[in-house]
Amino acid sequence: MKKLINHPLKVADELVEGLVEAYNGECRFVGSRSIIKNDIPEGKVALLVGGGSGHEPIYHGLVGRNLADGAACGDIFAAPPPNIVFEATEAVNRGKGVLYLYGNYAGDVLNFDLGAELAEDEGIEVRTVLIWDDVCSAAPTDKKNRRGIAGLVPIVKLAGAASQKVETLAELEAIARKAVLQTRSVGVSMAPGSIPATGKPTFDIDEDKIGLGMGIHGEPGVGQIPMATADDLTVMMLDLLFADYEKDEEVAALTEGDEVLLFVNSLGATTMMELLIALRKAKAVLSERGLKVYDVMVGPLVTCQEMSGISFSLTRMDEELKRYWEMPCQSVCFSKMEGRYGG
Amino acid sequence: MGKSSLSITEVRDMMLAAAQRIIEAEPILTDADRALGDGDHGVGMERGMTAVKEALGGKDFPSVGKVYVGVGTAMMSSMGGASGAIFGILFRSGGKALGDATEFTAEGLALLLREGTDQVMTKGAKPGDKTMVDALFPAAEKAAEVSGEPITDALSAVAAAAAAGRDASENMIATMGRAKTLGENSLGKPDAGAVSVAIILAAMSDFAAGL
Repeated sequence: MKKLINHPLKVADELVEGLVEAYNGECRFVGSRSIIKNDIPEGKVALLVGGGSGHEPIYHGLVGRNLADGAACGDIFAAPPPNIVFEATEAVNRGKGVLYLYGNYAGDVLNFDLGAELAEDEGIEVRTVLIWDDVCSAAPTDKKNRRGIAGLVPIVKLAGAASQKVETLAELEAIARKAVLQTRSVGVSMAPGSIPATGKPTFDIDEDKIGLGMGIHGEPGVGQIPMATADDLTVMMLDLLFADYEKDEEVAALTEGDEVLLFVNSLGATTMMELLIALRKAKAVLSERGLKVYDVMVGPLVTCQEMSGISFSLTRMDEELKRYWEMPCQSVCFSKMEGRYGG
Repeated sequence: MGKSSLSITEVRDMMLAAAQRIIEAEPILTDADRALGDGDHGVGMERGMTAVKEALGGKDFPSVGKVYVGVGTAMMSSMGGASGAIFGILFRSGGKALGDATEFTAEGLALLLREGTDQVMTKGAKPGDKTMVDALFPAAEKAAEVSGEPITDALSAVAAAAAAGRDASENMIATMGRAKTLGENSLGKPDAGAVSVAIILAAMSDFAAGL
């Protein structure tokens, strides 16, 4: 794999430096490797995201206006160490506490928890909401073993907007939890990405197979299926999402009249052309079910280098979540205009 | 008859040798992790051990325990990921358990591995889960058994126990970390973290034997 890099061990540092430059004055580089907004007002409940690098634009690309206040950036595909989490926490804290919102991976949980201990030693209140939207990674009764994938984008957008309005950390935590509970994703992979430092593929898969439910690092999902058409695959994937809302006792089944956000994500190499073909079918499937598409997002936002694959995420909206969705947001990598949505 | 104990400087140099051995083993660790995880363990360990070399090289330490705490802190703050946190917890808690000791004996080795392994296990992994605990736990058990022997003999026995644990992990089904989703497909390959633990202990043993 040809990679435009300088030194294999400096990839993460240099990409975050580049991201800070892309913000052109709105954000700064803090500590060992965090990116922090410059204009966080005093008294604001802070929202901190983070995770391994290499999945750009997430997570650090979701720092911005009405989005996250900062991101603790790990090395490529590795959780940020506790000292980085702590440095980011100190930098975003404005006296009202900090919500950690990140994907549920063992490494992230270990390191963010250790970072939270360091922050609490300094008197900073921290709460954590884990994102576990991948329905193929564990049963609905076993959410602690579910991975966080593309659903984190709408979740961070909603929590970022809410963080501008809430008075307390507990309120923000509750809204983030609701957004997580109502968001479900399913992904597939057709070809691996590569590890920038070694050039090696992250996993192997046969040319004529699709990894159904595969995670963004190539973690196996529910099994391999033969290569399929965009339409057939879209139907199969959305059925897994519908089934999950149905099976999960913590959340209502999706029923006629429900309003959902639809996010069609590319894992990197899958093109906008392919995403749009799948999106067209997805809208038709949702419409047949009587579901109202409140808003659509499409593009490569949660990636794994040149991994080929696609994911669908649904978020069921209610009046409270809609209010936060309608606030504009802006970052270098993800923006939404202000306004009424609803199709 | 081997040496009965190591000095602080010898422990420091032993850990520098272990760091070097891990750096050289990067391709082996990468391949081991690619089979079961996402393939980043080798690069992560290389980064962690490069930081260990920077933190330890040419430095004087007041106690053996501080050397190990230094190893753990360097790994934890440079690696990230689950391995960074876990290796950090292992060496930092193990090092703290050694108190102010200025000699490293087989008894110290037993203490280091017992406390370090116990603290790692508080994070959820137990023997049989196909994690680094499968190399650490038998190593800690063996260290307790041989705690009256010369340090060189004890290290050699402990390294062999860790290697056997690493081999045994081939026949386990992963239930933790990213490999857990592989289920039975994880059979037949060792856990990459267990491979790292076995390499570190083997390098420590080889270094001590050559003194």
